[in-house]
Amino acid sequence: MNHDSYPDSYIRGILNTVKTIAMVGFSPNTSRPSYFVFKYFLERGTRVIPVNPGHAGKEILGQKVYSRLADIPEPIDMVDIFRASEFVPGVVQEALALKPLPQVIWMQLEIRNDEAAAMAEAAGIKVVMNRCPKIEYGRLSSEISWMGINSRTLSSKRGQILPGGVQRMGLGNAGDKKSD
Amino acid sequence: MADAERTPGFNTLAVHAGAKPDPTTGARATPIYQTTSFVFDDVEHAASLFGLQAFGNIYTRIGNPTCAVLEERVAALEGGTAGLAVASGHAAQLIVMQTLLMPGDEFIASKKLYGGSINQFNNAFKSFGWNVVWADPDDIGSFERAVSPKTKAVFIESIANPGGVITDIEAVAAIARKAGVPLIVDNTLATPYLCKPIDFGADIVVHSLTKFLGGHGNSIGGMIVDAGSFNWSRDKKYPMLCEPRTEYSGIVLHETFGNFSFAIACRVLGLRDLGPALSPFNAFLIATGIETLPLRMQRHSDNALAVAQWLAGHPQVAWVSYPGLPGDKYHALAQKYVPKGCGAVMTVGLKGGYDAGVKLVSNVKLFSHLANIGDTKSLIIHPASTTHKQLTDAQKTQAGAGPDVVRLSIGIEDKDDIIADLELGLK
Repeated sequence: MNHDSYPDSYIRGILNTVKTIAMVGFSPNTSRPSYFVFKYFLERGTRVIPVNPGHAGKEILGQKVYSRLADIPEPIDMVDIFRASEFVPGVVQEALALKPLPQVIWMQLEIRNDEAAAMAEAAGIKVVMNRCPKIEYGRLSSEISWMGINSRTLSSKRGQILPGGVQRMGLGNAGDKKSD
Repeated sequence: MADAERTPGFNTLAVHAGAKPDPTTGARATPIYQTTSFVFDDVEHAASLFGLQAFGNIYTRIGNPTCAVLEERVAALEGGTAGLAVASGHAAQLIVMQTLLMPGDEFIASKKLYGGSINQFNNAFKSFGWNVVWADPDDIGSFERAVSPKTKAVFIESIANPGGVITDIEAVAAIARKAGVPLIVDNTLATPYLCKPIDFGADIVVHSLTKFLGGHGNSIGGMIVDAGSFNWSRDKKYPMLCEPRTEYSGIVLHETFGNFSFAIACRVLGLRDLGPALSPFNAFLIATGIETLPLRMQRHSDNALAVAQWLAGHPQVAWVSYPGLPGDKYHALAQKYVPKGCGAVMTVGLKGGYDAGVKLVSNVKLFSHLANIGDTKSLIIHPASTTHKQLTDAQKTQAGAGPDVVRLSIGIEDKDDIIADLELGLK
């Protein structure tokens, strides 16, 4: 995988299949980016499990916080990393010890570690680096276009409105073409 | 073609960018969402929107789906990460500067600018404590000499109005980068069809949409495009972007919104507090105009070159300032920055001076005598007695608007008719 530029189909495929996300480096501070992402995916019906040893045992928006990945008692589809790049190899090693293995390791904006990515990919895990899944979901669903953001997608097909309200869009539209 | 990862061309983007079929009705043309406000799905959704935790619509002063189509379209055409549509080009400049500068700060601006911008910078902005320091685009070193610890931005026009000055964007961008401040380029006269300033190092692009982007002389509007290229946190110089915002429970916009945080800051701080929102109806007209931008700009440029060549050979014409002419001072820069053409606007010096200018604007029948550029119609004005009247004589001459100068904005009519009208006017 070329980690400088991901095809939209790759990102869309990940966001369409992932049902359970473990967020490593989650902050319960409501003004932090990790909290934004946490809340956004919870509202979309995704299971999101916060991981932070400093807050282990607490409940945030009804979700129990775990100390480390190994403590989570259920399979995880994706590990979303909110830690600085130098801490990523440790997180990936923890993820590689999980059974079953997660399908995806995702590193947030400004976070990139190519060695850790290679390690994960060697085990058959998909990797995304230096991206935000909330922004990518908003971009590919067209929600982000409401904010004047260049979604870099064109389509002659209607977008998908999610149940539960008109201001929530889904990824159901596969007819998008890349722009930019 | 499903999911093909092709990069669409400029013409395709001009027609499609930002405008997917309406998700609720399937309407293919962009609907005019003529509403002040949008209902929330529920209380939690409302809280998420107000906290910037969800994407969505609240109130048309802050965002509107019709305006959003226009924003995404211009951002895509400029190669930026995001756009913000506002009520006018002046409003765009106001919001950009308010986001970047605190009272007592400075910005460097080219002295070859639209007269209205010179007024705005010298008067309103000075009253806010945002101090302009003028530099000369013909002496790039003057930008470097103007840099001080208080400098927060550099402002230029890609093609200056009305003098036909082409600014060496790349050279000014290098100075801005060295100074650690963003380069703002007003790309109104060129439009992204002729020049994409972001490719040459611009960090922010602003537009008067009123001109060639709208293109039909029917709507006032402005645009801010975020290139996504500037690191707002590096030197901690831009508190709106790099410090926690108490009005949004302490979020840091650059950290939260990454490479489109400048556009978000302009929207959720500048537009929210200052208020110059664009009407959705104007957004619809302008977005529709943009669909034909590539066709119109090429015709404007081709017609203008033919008119400039004809005028240059006319016995009553002292000089023609149009960078498309091979002998023009800015011809070499034009080859680099606007290779497809130099746009519609030119200035002409008449041997008969002020009186000859007045006679010409009075005698023409196809050209409209008015204070605008960038209409499908050919337009004419005598800047010394109108747009640039409030400047001193020295400022007029500096801005390329002396008493003998007539400004033309060449339309997309038949070029033979345009030339015949000027011939009549010069008799």
